[in-house]
Amino acid sequence: MKRRLFKRIHKPAAPTVKQTSDFRLKVLVLLFVILSIGLVVRLAFLQLYQYNHFATLSLKNQISIIPIPPSRGIILDRNGEILAENRPVFVLEIVPERVPKLDDSIVKLQQLIPSINEDDISRFHKERRLHRKDTAIVIKTHLKLNEVAIFSTHQYQFPGIQLKAIPMRYYPLKKQMSHLIGYVGRINTEELQSIDNVNYQGTNSIGKIGIEKFYEDTLHGQVGYEQVETNVSGKVIRTLFKKPPVSGKKIYLTIDSKLQAVAYKALKGLEGSAVLIDVKDGGILAMVSRPSFDPNLFTNGINSTDFNKLLFSNERPLFHRAIRGLYPPASTVKPFVAIAGLNKGVIVPQWAIYDPGWFRLPNVTHKYRDWKRTGHGVTNVKRAIMVSCDTYFYQLGAKLGIHSLSQMLGQFGFGKSTGIDLPEELSGLLPTPEWKVKQKKMVWFPGDTIITSIGQGFMLATPLQLASATALLSQKGLGYQPHLLAKMVDDAANETAFKPISRNSIQLDNEDYWSIVHEAMQSVIESNEGTGARFGRNAFYKVAGKTGTAQVFTLSQNDHNKKTIITNKLLKDHSWFIAFAPVENPEVAIAVMVEHDTAASQVARQLLDAYFTNAKQEA
Amino acid sequence: MLQLNHTPMYKFTRLGIRIDWPLFVLILIMSFLGLFILYSAASQNQAAMLRQVAHLVSAMGLMVFLAFIPPHKYKNWTPYLYFIGLILLIAVMVIGKIGKGAQRWLDLGFFRFQPSEIMKLAAPMMMAWLVDKYKLPMNHKCLVICLVLLVLPFALIAKQPDLGTAIMVGIAGGCVLFAAGLAWQILAFALGAVAISAPFIWHVLHDYQKKRLITLINPENDPLGSGYHIIQSKIAIGSGGMFGKGWLNGSQSHLNFLPEHKTDFIFAVCGEELGLIGGCVIISLLLLITLRGLFIAKQAQSTFTRLLATSLICTFFLSGFVNIAMVMGMLPVVGIPLPLVSYGGTAMLTFFSFFGVLMSISSHPVMFTDEHH
Repeated sequence: MKRRLFKRIHKPAAPTVKQTSDFRLKVLVLLFVILSIGLVVRLAFLQLYQYNHFATLSLKNQISIIPIPPSRGIILDRNGEILAENRPVFVLEIVPERVPKLDDSIVKLQQLIPSINEDDISRFHKERRLHRKDTAIVIKTHLKLNEVAIFSTHQYQFPGIQLKAIPMRYYPLKKQMSHLIGYVGRINTEELQSIDNVNYQGTNSIGKIGIEKFYEDTLHGQVGYEQVETNVSGKVIRTLFKKPPVSGKKIYLTIDSKLQAVAYKALKGLEGSAVLIDVKDGGILAMVSRPSFDPNLFTNGINSTDFNKLLFSNERPLFHRAIRGLYPPASTVKPFVAIAGLNKGVIVPQWAIYDPGWFRLPNVTHKYRDWKRTGHGVTNVKRAIMVSCDTYFYQLGAKLGIHSLSQMLGQFGFGKSTGIDLPEELSGLLPTPEWKVKQKKMVWFPGDTIITSIGQGFMLATPLQLASATALLSQKGLGYQPHLLAKMVDDAANETAFKPISRNSIQLDNEDYWSIVHEAMQSVIESNEGTGARFGRNAFYKVAGKTGTAQVFTLSQNDHNKKTIITNKLLKDHSWFIAFAPVENPEVAIAVMVEHDTAASQVARQLLDAYFTNAKQEA
Repeated sequence: MLQLNHTPMYKFTRLGIRIDWPLFVLILIMSFLGLFILYSAASQNQAAMLRQVAHLVSAMGLMVFLAFIPPHKYKNWTPYLYFIGLILLIAVMVIGKIGKGAQRWLDLGFFRFQPSEIMKLAAPMMMAWLVDKYKLPMNHKCLVICLVLLVLPFALIAKQPDLGTAIMVGIAGGCVLFAAGLAWQILAFALGAVAISAPFIWHVLHDYQKKRLITLINPENDPLGSGYHIIQSKIAIGSGGMFGKGWLNGSQSHLNFLPEHKTDFIFAVCGEELGLIGGCVIISLLLLITLRGLFIAKQAQSTFTRLLATSLICTFFLSGFVNIAMVMGMLPVVGIPLPLVSYGGTAMLTFFSFFGVLMSISSHPVMFTDEHH
């Protein structure tokens, strides 16, 4: 106690500003002297203590380290047919640092090989600015054999320019798989920032879209390197040490390229998409979007003429309709709406309505018309699906309400992405009152529910979403996320099979509801009254399906019989067809969408025929 | 308090030239030694040499000019300079955004310059100005404002991305605060916070950033990436030994094994060709110039000049220290040149402008305007 008091009284005055400042300067002097001594000690350690070690290394240091890029994993279909492979291509590379007069050399090179054009040169310069001066930059790819010969004889005139055979991605099926497999292209500035630069040394290309992008890490592999002794001009004398690269894994897809080819052919001349899915595990057997493009154009950087042609074409060949095409699902949504109604108890299977050809909400004069002007007469749920009775579903929707409706449709996967292993998928749109208030700044009208229940209005879905929902329907609420990957195989033939991810199952109060809808969908195809006549009633397997017609152009209230006036192709309706087969023990589900044409069910028929013919042959 | 009768050493007032001769002589020696090394590093490329001599001459002109301006003018200009610098940094960022690429340069047609270099001078000036305005000892309000005005340019420069320069600007500002008597507790707290947060930072780092740090400890880990620089520069330095391989005889530097050997890695050329002796001479010159600078700071009688002088000379020393430590594999590879030696006009102009301001301070130990406010 005493001591503390003493201290407080005799506490020395706080140091003045000047004293503090002088003291700080002294601290800095001391710190800097210590740091300098640290540097000298480190220098002495390197130059005296480790001198022998480094002197030896320096004598040997004609050593340079050369990256060995891994070979990219190939992509195959379920039967082992190659979908993407690497083919050797001759390229000319320039190491800018080793070329004494770069511009002169390029001019000389151009005189020797006239196929090097201004595009190549400007791309070379662009690329050059992104890399260290000692990296080899490609100036010309796909050299012809005579060009290879010419350059080889003149090689001595071009120090720092080297001829190399490098593997280049090639897609043998060209247009058939393009959206799905995607393509690789030259690494751009943005990608350069996000990738592991070391692992991509010596690699020029990277997956841009599709499977090539989604499984980039798997396909790319691990870079290796080689320590080599070189002479002054950089020529390799011998290899001292080699760490081999680890090749990218082979990827097997669930796709069957034979079915893919059938689907591609069936959609010839049309704009549309077809998706065939294995209902037992969610594997995609075929997924086509037409028109298409040749992915091989992109592997070496597409030129601007070709690209603009693809980009500005009215048919939009770059557009992956199967996963990015958003269309009103139209009548194909009816089986799912029926499930919702049955399960909620607002309809019972025996319950029938009389359809006069229109429906009216209480106290509203607006008539919602059936597609058939005279109406379908007395209709129960099975018949409503079979003849695609709009009036029945208007009533059903009105009773069900938008919340129950969108809740059940959500369970079937509408409005969310399916989770397929492709990077570009869109999630479609499942409208709810909350969504409308938020996005459209408008309240939800009862009429919105009415048209949603026949798949028009705001609702949008992709062909993949419909295929996947149909698969779930066929399996009575059990199913898997759609996927393309079957297995990955590394160099040592170790297989990693893809484990299908199961979806949240749908539990109905009464399992019979499933069968009711299945039977109704079967009658769509088989009954004389069914709307599936275009599919044909003579298939050698049992099919359950549903048609759909998505309106592109809305006729005004009383214009419905003027349909004939629509002659402009772009105003014609889209056609949908969904199905699963065989009915008793479903194996596959399908969704086909054709823009501005009625061909969807014929396309589906060809694809299902091909599937079951194949299956028969294998059995 | 004020030593009004103090006359600074070596002042040629009659010529109107205010040069601090000991500082000037040391700078000259280091610059000429730098030219010497550069001649070898540039493979006796005379064009590069001539360009560097031109840089040097114009930088000296700038220095003499800046030395001529009395410090109170610097003080008056400080806020303007700082905000102009800040606006230019933002301009560079915006132009970079539009041009879709990292951008550090502002192209004025006849010449290009980096606004971040202005900040190397303007940021410490602003700190010193603020501390002076709020009077010593520094209070918390002042500290907070200082930190905010320091973080702004730091973030803008780091985002360019030019981490090296950002760190130097941060150090310059930090030195002002340290010299202004920032409480040891706060310093200890800041260091402690960094130490504690290190594991968390490690967690949020990208894989490639982690790799870079691991490479620092074990460069052989990544011989294709950043480890390559360190491995090659260590071989170059280590093989120099006591006396070096002789001027123009460094095999590593000339066979192109050593990357960036004219700029950031020039110390490795010095180590290889001039050996331990040459390396020690460079380090000694760095230290001597710094000590002279700190002496000037000590002589300065106003808060603003003293803090500014301290900060400038600290920035000079720490640039050199970080560069040499990096080349010897003691610090991660960041793009900081060796002052007065590395090839390049921008860095040359920046450091000579530092010396110009230092000389202005040394020749005006009393800043009379201090009394008028």
